Amino acid sequence: MNREDFPMLESGVIYFDNGATTLKPKSVVDAMNKYYLEHTSNIHRGDYDAAIKTNELYDNVRNIVGEFINCDPTTCIFTSGTTMSLNMVVFGYMKKHLKKGDEVLLNKAEHASNVLPWIKLSEEIGIIVKYVPLDDDYELTFDNIVKSVTEKTKVISLAHISNVVGDVRDIKSIGEFCHKNNILFNVDGAQSIPHIKMDFKNSNIDFLSFSGHKMCGPTGVGVLVGKRELLEEMEAIIFGGGMNSYFEEDNSYELKTVPTKFEAGTTAIAEVIGLGATIKYLMGIGMDKIHEYEILLKNYFLDAVKDIPNLIIYNKNSDSGIVALNVDGVFAQDTSVYLNHYKIAVRAGNHCAKMLKDEIKIKNTVRVSMYFYNNYEDIDKLVEALRNSKDIFKVVL
Amino acid sequence: MDENLRREIILDNYQEPMNRGLISDDSYLKVNTSSESCIDNLDFMMKIEEGIVKDIRFDGEACAISTSATSIMIRSLIGKKVEDVKEILSNYQKMINEEEYNKEILEELNVYDTICKQPNRKNCALLPSVAVSKMLGELGK
Ligand SMILES: Cc1ncc(COP(=O)(O)O)c(C=O)c1O
Repeated sequence: MNREDFPMLESGVIYFDNGATTLKPKSVVDAMNKYYLEHTSNIHRGDYDAAIKTNELYDNVRNIVGEFINCDPTTCIFTSGTTMSLNMVVFGYMKKHLKKGDEVLLNKAEHASNVLPWIKLSEEIGIIVKYVPLDDDYELTFDNIVKSVTEKTKVISLAHISNVVGDVRDIKSIGEFCHKNNILFNVDGAQSIPHIKMDFKNSNIDFLSFSGHKMCGPTGVGVLVGKRELLEEMEAIIFGGGMNSYFEEDNSYELKTVPTKFEAGTTAIAEVIGLGATIKYLMGIGMDKIHEYEILLKNYFLDAVKDIPNLIIYNKNSDSGIVALNVDGVFAQDTSVYLNHYKIAVRAGNHCAKMLKDEIKIKNTVRVSMYFYNNYEDIDKLVEALRNSKDIFKVVL
Repeated sequence: MDENLRREIILDNYQEPMNRGLISDDSYLKVNTSSESCIDNLDFMMKIEEGIVKDIRFDGEACAISTSATSIMIRSLIGKKVEDVKEILSNYQKMINEEEYNKEILEELNVYDTICKQPNRKNCALLPSVAVSKMLGELGK
């Protein structure tokens, strides 16, 4: 769908690395260029036309986010990306509200950005990080989560869609369960917000993070939304201009309110404007349509590779456009170098989920991650290349 | 070099690399190395006696280029004096980085003289030389 909006596709690249980052439609780049070329100015406190215009555009992106994921726009904080958002939750909120011995439930398929901050916090204040076991398909199930909960469990933190296995976690049930049991529910939406519909207000999620660049938007910008009462209690972890009301010689100071107190310094103004443009663009297509189409693509792929004997697929059943695979006996990186000879872009590695090896028993996979601008022809070419994989070493060496 | 021969040498060394598998022996120098730009991750161990490389072994997960380069390098370094090993490593690194180098002393390692055409694989080819250099660095300490 919408291939004509993406100038990079004109090069003939077959882009299946959407889990890492996505291509940009021209309209998003145009929106940012317009800021740079026609109304560059800082936000806050400007009294001239360009600044007024920039300010209006910037603030309105909160409303766009609000409409997109059904959240209160004044609880939408602009960050530099999911990683920053998750660190703000852990070190701005959890550090103050958790105590020694409190348990946080993660799982071994989580991305580094939803593991390392917790490990660091455990080092700092003695919380206990626990990992919910995955099922036979390497998926995280509601039942396994519930089984892992003890009376010490204070937080459940997980990716809505995991970036390697691509399983869609049942956040509705998990959210309700957390709500009933007084457990904080922290959701990493980096891989889900670009691909499926989110309704924050009706989800029982306490904190939700996502990145612009994985949803056709610019790098360097992301969002943290949270329940208002929690954000009021969350501390800023970065201090500076734009986020304070005053500060005095006697060390007294007052910070601004949510969300401004979390946006210290000059923020990524062009990128926030670009984020607004990309969200409007995605809403124009429709999130349900995007998800449906990706599943069609994935099933088409799975069907087409059924008779390729030496192809291992680790996540046939997951409900997203992510496929983790290996060609039997071939190191993942050799496969991705091979595919590059056909202009097919995929990613080989552990995909920042370094503990998943404990469950899958292999360290590295080739990840094919789809988006709405992929088409059946792209899949045909990928399948063709995989079918000829006995030639891998002829091609890569 | 003939392309088929080049491919054959690399492939043979990838599929049946020399000295794969570590042993437990404290007289060996040891190092783990993983390059920044790729996902190779190999453990190395090396035994030096009276200034001569007696043995090098390795294990781990790595691509065809790093694995084969490791195998070929092990074969060409064992039995050599430490000074000669340093000379080989330095010339090997120059070759990969497209600088002037002494072709003679690299022997079979010359199969990687075109790897610079694939810049993203340079680090794979360099991996064993980085590992051996690191272990030699430990030697002086
Ligand atoms: C599941 C998941 N969480 C978090 C991140 C981190 O996102 P970013 O690098 O944009 O901060 C990623 C990106 O790879 C991801 O896939």
